[in-house]
Amino acid sequence: MDLIRRLFTAALVAGVLSGTAASVVQQATTVPLILEAEKYEVVTPPPAPAVAAPGAAAAGESHQHGPVREVGEGVPTTLDEAMQRIGLTIASNLLTGVAYALLLSAAMLLAGRPVDARRGLVWGAGGFIAVSLAPSFGLAPELPGMAGAELELRQLWWLSAAAGAGAGVAALAFARNRLVIAAAVLAAALPHLIGAPHPESAEGAVPPELAAHFVTASLGSAALFWAILGAACGWLMSGLVRETDHRPALRAQPGAR
Amino acid sequence: MTTHSLHTAAGSASRSATQTAVAAFAAILLGSFLLYGVGFAQPQQIHDAAHDARHSFAFPCH
Repeated sequence: MDLIRRLFTAALVAGVLSGTAASVVQQATTVPLILEAEKYEVVTPPPAPAVAAPGAAAAGESHQHGPVREVGEGVPTTLDEAMQRIGLTIASNLLTGVAYALLLSAAMLLAGRPVDARRGLVWGAGGFIAVSLAPSFGLAPELPGMAGAELELRQLWWLSAAAGAGAGVAALAFARNRLVIAAAVLAAALPHLIGAPHPESAEGAVPPELAAHFVTASLGSAALFWAILGAACGWLMSGLVRETDHRPALRAQPGAR
Repeated sequence: MTTHSLHTAAGSASRSATQTAVAAFAAILLGSFLLYGVGFAQPQQIHDAAHDARHSFAFPCH
């Protein structure tokens, strides 16, 4: 239980640190672009539902089939709205940080290699490649109002691209067996060989300049987020990984061999 | 004495491996759950709350 408690504490601290940094950077980079893009977000009336399920309205519906929104409705107009939106975004960023920190810390623990803040940076680079860079080759970071294929298909593709790239990075870093490395690299490449789901027409409402700017802003802030997350996880996990790596402990016992 | 030391070392090693596996599994479980909630869950309120974070982190949205 002590190991779990210390692992979760490390992930919590690393997640809060990286989520806070991401929040600050995002408010200066990505969020203004999102707000700007929402001014262009024209929502067409949803097609008449074939089967109108009574009672299953608003709450369970996805965004794209939701009620018709006015152009720019999402842009906060009052200070209260703006503060609430910023607060919810910060909370979501902290949760994202803690979630990724838990996964990264678990991977560090399972790998059983010594870690510190500097080695953590390399781990963070691996995380960035897996969940930010690799999926962005198929599905570029999107602004509201951009044309996109069906959401479930894109989510599924994103998950397979991220998981495949994660396996590929881990195998290249740690695997000895060439077959394992080849299989992991194939798993990383497969979603891209199949191809990400894209709409028939790529015409969205957002100006291309805005979209291009957003891609760099999103990837740049993600890189910073992962650098801090990796370094913090490595630093906080350094004691934990060393203790659970039992090979040196075995060697250190004179009577054990 | 040597045998005893071996048993002790093997015992602590296997306990440590189990503890490691349990801790890692718990972290992966909670991490995946949180990631699903913040990046993928579709209920309108969750979507709206995480909207800007989802776009910023390039999760598929809308």
